[in-house]
Amino acid sequence: MAKALDAEARKGLALISPTALFSIILLAAPMGLVVMYSFLTDGNNRIEWIFTLQNYVEVWTGPVYRAIMFRSLVVSLTVTLITVLIAYPIAYYVSFHVPAARKSMWLFLITIPFWTSYLIRVFLWKVILGYNGVINSGLFSLGIIDEPLQAINYNVGALVMTLAHAYAPFAILPIFVALEKIDRSLLEAGQDLGESRLVTFWRVTLPLSMTGVLAAVLIVFIPTIGDYVTPDLIGGGKLPMIANMMEVRILKQGDRAIGSAVAVSAMLIVALISICFLLLNRRFLRGQK
Amino acid sequence: MTPNRPENRADMIEFRDVHKYYGDYHALRGITASIKAGEFFSLLGPSGCGKTTLLRTIAGFEGISSGIVLIDGKDVAGVAANVRPTNMVFQSYAIFPHLTVAENVGFGLRKDPRSFPEKAAAVAEALEMVGLKGFGIRAAHALSGGQRQRVALARALILKPKVLLLDEPLSALDKKLREQMQVELIRLQRQVGITFILVTHDQEEALVMSDRIAVMFDGEIAQLADPESLYRRPNSRKVADFIGTMNFLPATILSESADQVEIEAQGLGRMTLAADQCRSKGSAGEVTVGFRPETLTLLFGAQTSTDRESEATVEEVVYYGDMTYYDLVFAGTNDPMRVSMRNVFGRPVLDRGARTRVAWSPGAFVLFR
Amino acid sequence: MNNPGLRAYAIGYLVFLYAPIVLLPVFAFNDSAVIAFPLQGFTTHWFKEMWADTQLFRSLKNSLIIAGTTSVIATTLGLLAARATTRYHFPASAGFLGLVMLPLVLPEMIVAMSLLMVLLAIGVPLSILTIILGHVLICTPFAVAIMTSAFQSLDRSLEEAAIDLGETAASTFRLIILPLVMPGIVSSLLISFTVSLDEFIISFFLGGSETALSVYIYGQFRFPAKVPAMMALGTILVLVSITLLSIAEYFRRRGIARTGGKSSGGFL
Repeated sequence: MAKALDAEARKGLALISPTALFSIILLAAPMGLVVMYSFLTDGNNRIEWIFTLQNYVEVWTGPVYRAIMFRSLVVSLTVTLITVLIAYPIAYYVSFHVPAARKSMWLFLITIPFWTSYLIRVFLWKVILGYNGVINSGLFSLGIIDEPLQAINYNVGALVMTLAHAYAPFAILPIFVALEKIDRSLLEAGQDLGESRLVTFWRVTLPLSMTGVLAAVLIVFIPTIGDYVTPDLIGGGKLPMIANMMEVRILKQGDRAIGSAVAVSAMLIVALISICFLLLNRRFLRGQK
Repeated sequence: MTPNRPENRADMIEFRDVHKYYGDYHALRGITASIKAGEFFSLLGPSGCGKTTLLRTIAGFEGISSGIVLIDGKDVAGVAANVRPTNMVFQSYAIFPHLTVAENVGFGLRKDPRSFPEKAAAVAEALEMVGLKGFGIRAAHALSGGQRQRVALARALILKPKVLLLDEPLSALDKKLREQMQVELIRLQRQVGITFILVTHDQEEALVMSDRIAVMFDGEIAQLADPESLYRRPNSRKVADFIGTMNFLPATILSESADQVEIEAQGLGRMTLAADQCRSKGSAGEVTVGFRPETLTLLFGAQTSTDRESEATVEEVVYYGDMTYYDLVFAGTNDPMRVSMRNVFGRPVLDRGARTRVAWSPGAFVLFR
Repeated sequence: MNNPGLRAYAIGYLVFLYAPIVLLPVFAFNDSAVIAFPLQGFTTHWFKEMWADTQLFRSLKNSLIIAGTTSVIATTLGLLAARATTRYHFPASAGFLGLVMLPLVLPEMIVAMSLLMVLLAIGVPLSILTIILGHVLICTPFAVAIMTSAFQSLDRSLEEAAIDLGETAASTFRLIILPLVMPGIVSSLLISFTVSLDEFIISFFLGGSETALSVYIYGQFRFPAKVPAMMALGTILVLVSITLLSIAEYFRRRGIARTGGKSSGGFL
């Protein structure tokens, strides 16, 4: 701590500067611009430098905006819930019932679908759930149904299904990591003292893995609420979510100010919910030691 | 270790009032010492005492806040680590895993102007010197701990440094291997003839291998001496406690002069100690005398001795195979003292609770103020 | 240790994960213009149709250029940032790292829209270059994560040993550090390449007249007649992705073995 910036600090800063500058110029500055735009006014396909809060008023009170925000929240929270719930058992399986040498193979298999084109996967779900799609035509040709099912396409359920599938691997990894960290001798000690396996799970394993569960929740929730492709392809244009709304406002209608307000509002909601989840996480951590 | 190292050798390393701070933390507090050319020198102390830091200031990986460090008479302030005439064997050995053994050992010869066959011959010679003949083509990441250590040694010594620095080189090895390598290192040092500076927290190791040892606590050198002097005449309770086992008896000073001190030791009685037995600093009044377990002798049956005698009760007996350790309580005291006796054939082993006579001589004691 | 119910669940889960993807080759070889059951027979017609599509190859070429450039830039930026944070202490390092990793926790749409509005405001024309800029933004966090892991498994005393033996910081980097993190570099290149190749949002909104492959595919979805050919294309893309990832995984494991560690989990 002799000088303000010693040799080591200078070297470190020099090394990280290209990357940091890139992020500042292409991420931080644009986001700053978006925040600024959100307080300005839309003119005819351009921005008028008139400061106003009207954009936010409209976004938070206008019925269309509220409906879309609401739908986005419902979809993403439902997806999050389902995805994390179905992810937990498989994370548990790989952590506790798969021999150590095979674990990375399982993880690899689980994450491969994630690395293939998201666009194609969403389209496949459209094809699967569609009116003449795979499920309907399959059930029809097997003689199980006479009329195509209406309930599986172009609705929120279809959105949820597609997104839950797409983000499933995201949820598994953090839970897996948290489960791996649990000291196995804690569980054995519990059983040694006479607990049943179920009780051990409920009282020891589950609480100790909660940090992983909460990480999984965030990892699924945040990208899902801002998803564009799924509502666009599966919803057929009738079920826009926040991202689609942003496209319409900013690009199709040229209203950058209100589009920015939508973006900032969406980020605020996401940040708020994330903070709630993180505070929940803290409560769990404190409760452990 | 060997008493016949000439003391009039030149200083290879010299520290003059070296201080080092990490922020507010005072890691090295006024180190002043010199290490002679060709000696096997150890820096001994518990974790955090600064011994590794001091070693690294010689190597050049740490700078100093004030003071002077001289290597072979030259001040090395500002001299980069890669040009100093020192080489280091790291605690983790730091063998480059992506190279072969030969490439590791020859790594430092990269800028050497000799031809490739000459360098290859030097590598082979270095490997043979550490007992790894023929290991050259092996992949470095497939070696055992002991083999890695030898590669690290060869890699350092091939460059013919003036000083070889060893940072806890044996701590990762198991006991048998450690003892083997201790002998190896001594042999190597004699063969190569350069200064070896070893950092360790294991006092046995230091005693076995070193010509001289610097015992360090909290960033300072507590005592710098050859192993025998450290063992027999430690200059403080802390040093005495750290090296080997020492018993401590309370005592009072009766009278004191320039070259001797008369004390009354609890349980033993009066004795006169010479000046070199009373080197620790401090105030007078309540003091302690210390003695090593092997310096007292139990008298069995009708045995007599020309030394002084005291009575004691046996509290505990620990049988070790070649030695038996007795915890004795001297008459008039409460705390047990540990005395060791070699299990000579025919000598009985006492029972707990037995009373025994113990022979002792004032020359075995050290006074601590 | 054995729970048959759980194992059945795990298998079922994997089936669920792979089901849509498995349909790709099924319908790519299906002799029908409609994606529906029952299957109508085997054909390679769709592959031929796909192969003859020049526009497809043009956008494929664009995507390859984008992905190649992105992976190199992102890996370089990731390597620098990872080296900085693992080796040196400097003020605000956590803040810089957070900023660089931010795209991982932002919906892609927001990243795309923000960047787009800036570009429009400045008047920069949209092109392959603007796509590359956006892709580097979202790929760099992956590169940072991989390279950080690679640097952290490096024994610090290896560098000191090299210097002790006479090397400079630069030659140490070249001879010791670079070879040992090379598996991480390869892995990062492959991952960034794959992410960029499959990416849609940024390619769509920040692209100009030269389209990327994913945008081309998206456009084709509007035409039902083109769908089977897209199935064929999708099949090939999935195979390519899996191959690239397997190679990346192989290198990751080899890198760990070389430095003597043990493989435990996946990349991140």
